[in-house]
Amino acid sequence: MTMAKTLSGKENFPVFDKYKDLVYLDNSATQQKPGCVIDSVVKYYSEQNANPLRGLYELSIKATDAYENARKSVKDFIGASSTKEIIFTRNATESLNLIAFSWGQANISCGDEILVSISEHHSNLLPWQILAKQKGAVLRFLECDKSGKYTADSLEKALTPKTKLFAIAQISNVFGRLNPIKEFAEIAHKNGTLIVCDAAQSAAHIPIDVKDLDVDFLAFSGHKMLAPMGIGILFAKQEILEKMPPFLSGGEMIEYVTREDATYAELPHRFEAGTVNAGGAVGLAAAIDYIRQIGFETIQKREDELTALAFNEMKKIPHVNMIGADDAGDHHGILTFTIDDVHPHDIAAIFDADNIAIRAGHHCAQPLHQYLDVQSTARMSLAFYNDEQDITRFIQTLGSIRRRMGYDN
Amino acid sequence: MTTDSFYGEVLADHNMHPLHKHELECATHCCKGLNPTCGDNISLNLNIHDGIITDGSFTGIGCAVSQASADIMLELIIGKSLDEARHYTDLFRKMIAGEASDEQIEELEEAGALHNVSKMPARVKCALLSWNTMEKLLDQEK
Repeated sequence: MTMAKTLSGKENFPVFDKYKDLVYLDNSATQQKPGCVIDSVVKYYSEQNANPLRGLYELSIKATDAYENARKSVKDFIGASSTKEIIFTRNATESLNLIAFSWGQANISCGDEILVSISEHHSNLLPWQILAKQKGAVLRFLECDKSGKYTADSLEKALTPKTKLFAIAQISNVFGRLNPIKEFAEIAHKNGTLIVCDAAQSAAHIPIDVKDLDVDFLAFSGHKMLAPMGIGILFAKQEILEKMPPFLSGGEMIEYVTREDATYAELPHRFEAGTVNAGGAVGLAAAIDYIRQIGFETIQKREDELTALAFNEMKKIPHVNMIGADDAGDHHGILTFTIDDVHPHDIAAIFDADNIAIRAGHHCAQPLHQYLDVQSTARMSLAFYNDEQDITRFIQTLGSIRRRMGYDN
Repeated sequence: MTTDSFYGEVLADHNMHPLHKHELECATHCCKGLNPTCGDNISLNLNIHDGIITDGSFTGIGCAVSQASADIMLELIIGKSLDEARHYTDLFRKMIAGEASDEQIEELEEAGALHNVSKMPARVKCALLSWNTMEKLLDQEK
């Protein structure tokens, strides 16, 4: 067994020690947490806890250092130019809402257009839908083919001189397809359009370099990449952030306050009102360290192997219909499917009876399901810590479902 | 049909071969129900004459639990009075909450086959979709 393999195995995740029989295939919803991440949060609250950024005593300085060092880890993780470009939020949803409320309120006017991909998670759709309604702007959709593919050509055609913003996920939470963000950013910028990239489904699986991608905004959640719930990231280019009005207001985001007016703190603290989630930030930094130690090369290789194994076996089972691309390499650990005559909730219930956790429903992407003309779907999503045994058990249960629902084949 | 159905024979049978899943022409009462977490929906159609449910049907999309529950409910209430329908709804709710006695479960006839849902918190909304819809309809009738 190689060093990397030992480091990445289930033995590093306490949840699998507690539930030895559990097959966890709902990683797109949230990932399990390695012991080192859990320990880092315990250590923060045992040894470093005070209110960061406020106190004038040693423990508060420790808390501040822990919090700001975590910001530096995130900056390096996504290749940002400065820690001023890294805003801690609760999750990707809050990050995207922050853009809509702050940048959107200041920059979107009546008649402007916002372009959103049809496969977006509701969190990268509803903030734009609400903003468009408030401002009298027009929300347009970029449509994909049945395999989930978006083309440069269709993007060029969908952009108009009025398109102020284009919002798209790097990896779709239904298709698992990796969108060519760098190419799309270039096309958008040529049109004078800013690009928002939802990296919630990609941050744990592929290396991200915001300078190379040249995105204006990028959002992701800690909990989908091994870190605690309640910590998320908004990256935005500094020159854009400098001009954005505050989002939430209150403590620690100010410079000077009088009865009538206030001046606001410098970046990034201007966008972090109130006491921050320092423990979550520390946990996220520990998760980043852990990912670094394993290496994205190892993570991607492992996830691609498991994806291909599952995909090829699923395709052999009669009445199982795969959603999205016909090539396992386009799925990035996300395999969405339906079974003829079996509702996805029944599929998930039968998997649950066999102690296998998968997701069923519309995956917070109702417009996509309407577009694909399916009411709902089932989804298995894996991570590097899954193994061949998990896939074998998944396939065994999958093959038994129609029989267990009472069908003859 | 095989004998080891996940949900049991009664439920599997009502899901695969529902008796009352069809349109109902000239229905006197219609009500729609929605389960927003999964997008499942039901349209319940009833013919009510002189306080008696003379006929009924449902259409819509849902999982086996919701479909079978709707079919079994209609089987139970067709021919009954509105008061009796409300009584069954109360009993069914009690059963799903795990609070019904064996006699009460028996009174629900085939609907008693859904009593295990009380041990499946994730499926409570599925089992109740049609019953909630009927209750809404009965409330409008008051």
